[in-house]
Amino acid sequence: MKKLNLIIAILFMLGFGWSCSSGDSNSSEQPAQQAANNGLSQWELENGIGPVKAKMTLNAVDSELAASGEKIFDMKCMACHKMAERYIGPALGDVMQRRTPEFVMNMMLNPDEMVKKHPEVQKMLATYMVPMTFQNVSEEDGRALLEFIRANQK
Amino acid sequence: MEKSSITKRLGMIGLVITVAVMLAIACATQKKASLTDGSAAEEVYVPPGSYDEYYSFFSGGFSGQVTVYGLPSGRLFRIIPVFAQHAENGWGYSEETKDMLMTSHGFAPWDDAHHPELSQTDGVPDGRWLFINANNTPRVARINLSTFETEDILEIPNSGGNHASPFVTPNSEYIVASTRFSLPIPQKDVPISEYKKHFKGTITFVSVNPDDGLMDVAFQIMVPGYNYDLAHAGKGPSNGWAFFTCYNTEQASTLLEVNASQNDKDFIAAVNWKLAEQAIAEGNYRTMDVDYYHNYLEHGSRTTISENKKSVRILDPASVPGLIYYLPTPKSPHGVDVDPSGEYIVGGGKLASVIPVHSFSKMMTAIENKEFEGEVDGIPILKYQSVIAGEVQNAGLGPLHTEFDGKGNAYTSAFISSEVVKWKLGTWEVVDRIQTYYSIGHLMIPGGDSQKPWGKYLVAMNKITKDRYLPTGPELCHSAQLIDISGDKMRLLLDFPTMGEPHYAQGIPASILQPKTTKIFPIEDNTHPFVAKSEREAGVTRDGRDVHVKMTTIRTHFAPDNIEGVKVGDRVYFHITNLEQDWDVPHGFAVQGMNTAELLVMPGETRTLIWEAKKVGVYPFYCTDFCSALHQEMSGYIRVSPRNSSITLSHNAQR
Repeated sequence: MKKLNLIIAILFMLGFGWSCSSGDSNSSEQPAQQAANNGLSQWELENGIGPVKAKMTLNAVDSELAASGEKIFDMKCMACHKMAERYIGPALGDVMQRRTPEFVMNMMLNPDEMVKKHPEVQKMLATYMVPMTFQNVSEEDGRALLEFIRANQK
Repeated sequence: MEKSSITKRLGMIGLVITVAVMLAIACATQKKASLTDGSAAEEVYVPPGSYDEYYSFFSGGFSGQVTVYGLPSGRLFRIIPVFAQHAENGWGYSEETKDMLMTSHGFAPWDDAHHPELSQTDGVPDGRWLFINANNTPRVARINLSTFETEDILEIPNSGGNHASPFVTPNSEYIVASTRFSLPIPQKDVPISEYKKHFKGTITFVSVNPDDGLMDVAFQIMVPGYNYDLAHAGKGPSNGWAFFTCYNTEQASTLLEVNASQNDKDFIAAVNWKLAEQAIAEGNYRTMDVDYYHNYLEHGSRTTISENKKSVRILDPASVPGLIYYLPTPKSPHGVDVDPSGEYIVGGGKLASVIPVHSFSKMMTAIENKEFEGEVDGIPILKYQSVIAGEVQNAGLGPLHTEFDGKGNAYTSAFISSEVVKWKLGTWEVVDRIQTYYSIGHLMIPGGDSQKPWGKYLVAMNKITKDRYLPTGPELCHSAQLIDISGDKMRLLLDFPTMGEPHYAQGIPASILQPKTTKIFPIEDNTHPFVAKSEREAGVTRDGRDVHVKMTTIRTHFAPDNIEGVKVGDRVYFHITNLEQDWDVPHGFAVQGMNTAELLVMPGETRTLIWEAKKVGVYPFYCTDFCSALHQEMSGYIRVSPRNSSITLSHNAQR
């Protein structure tokens, strides 16, 4: 019984130490909210973390660009993604309603960091159990993929 | 009562702890005093997540492979398969790699790898390639140091026991090869007792294409039938020359340990390779019909191309005056090592009581003045006194190899007296010595045979291990020892076990190699004839009794993963393309009952194994390399039907 008390006391101290070391917030956000956001800014929460750091200007779908995106999609994406249904990863036929184009781009270009840091992506990992993987997609390729995805929204 | 018992117990515990600590200190002090000093542990400790300062490449000896260790930690990073089949990743088993082991004697799944040698630019290791020789079925191999993969193996014709190999010239113009065991050249049926009459040696220069590294036999020099043992190229003032030790100038063909140890001096052959180039350019050579293989990687398909070659250019020393001079060297010399300045040529006379050091400038003067004491087959023998710069006295018993620290010191391994002897170039005085455990063969300083040694560490490669580690039955690993040579006194820092027999090693700062590493093979560049660049391209086709399965892998499934319509007697080619484009995500492939090794498929590449459909049934295949949380789910089935079945070939890859 005494031993148990001691263990509880040690655990308590460890817990206290932990909370001390992580409690160095200097932002005005509530700590709980900040923890949920993993320290990401509002822009990053909406648009993801990665090379795309500003809002993109999108025009009407460029069918030629979408066609080149389809080839890359077949090689690097279709093993895990379908448009109409969940497969290894989520269906992409409605992704433009769920995510910003910048988010989609950053997910393709920087999946490792997105999986590690972004709360939305961490939720997806818990659902799908397989992390989105980097497929050596360049920004140019990513843009073509985005166009293909835009062209195939339901 | 209770209190006093606790006190007693505490007292007892205290006493035990005190005694234990004292014992531990006494023990540690004793060890430190005898072998290492206090800071050795800190000096070799590389904290978790940190990197070693040097990469080192050890020959695997009779394992046929190369091992990659970090220094100073002595941690093993990788085994690079070279001359032996390697079931771990399918090297020499898969359809893409098995031809790498083709020779004029057929498929050779084993060899004895001896001397790793880094490519050089301006006399300094440049981190592009590592070369290594096969002693048994004479070959040289080239490893690409961005992929740590063997991509070129060249057989050496007219050779037996390719030992003095593959030492490199200062700009990797050539690597060398030679006959440790002379032979009838061309081969013929002769009595062994007529060795002197029929047996010849060759010294081979292998060119290295500066762009892609591809090797080719540039020319061979026909030399007297001695045993050519080791080599090093000249550098600086001696650039353009290469030096080869030879023993058995007695030309014995039996009981060499006695019969080849008769002469007081054997030779170091000094070969003027620039003159050889000139003779080739002038057409002063003969061609000879031979039979040898050149196997190399085609990069797009990552598949071996195997070429059978039939001709070689031969130079005869008698027809090219000045091509070779013999430097008399005591006694049955083993190593020949050229100091960083290029002036001194050190012979490791393994039966000699001194280390002889020849002078390149004295050699050139002696050649000019024709200070010869004889001639063999048109090769002048220079006078020993005309070429010798000095002799290192009291240099240990059985001196074998010498490397340099770039600060005017030389370090020689002495096999019989089990020590490294440090001596000064120019004064030839021994300044320090350190015991090794036990029976050192080669030693290595990173860059220590180049023009710019990184003279911080020395690695002793020991032939005998005995009691250095926990015993493992009759067969023990070989042992390496790391020695700090940064100060005046050598200091033993670390023992670490090695694989096979590490005859030699080469080291290079990690900062040179680390930025060059290849992480993936871009799938776009894959030109394998059976690649499937997407699951849409995956599928199954029949060509008579051959069934070709084009299958893809990505975390965490195969496509297709159900195959039907295969019949007993079919040969199934599994062509596995790994669609991953992420670093460190290989997938493995194995199918039940296969008579070959697994495939380990790197991101973006295609590998093939052949599986014979022998018996009716349904057989599982699976990924052998843990790849994701759902790795256990990464599997599939192939169904084998009777020969007369009407089931058509089908698969379930998505369209």
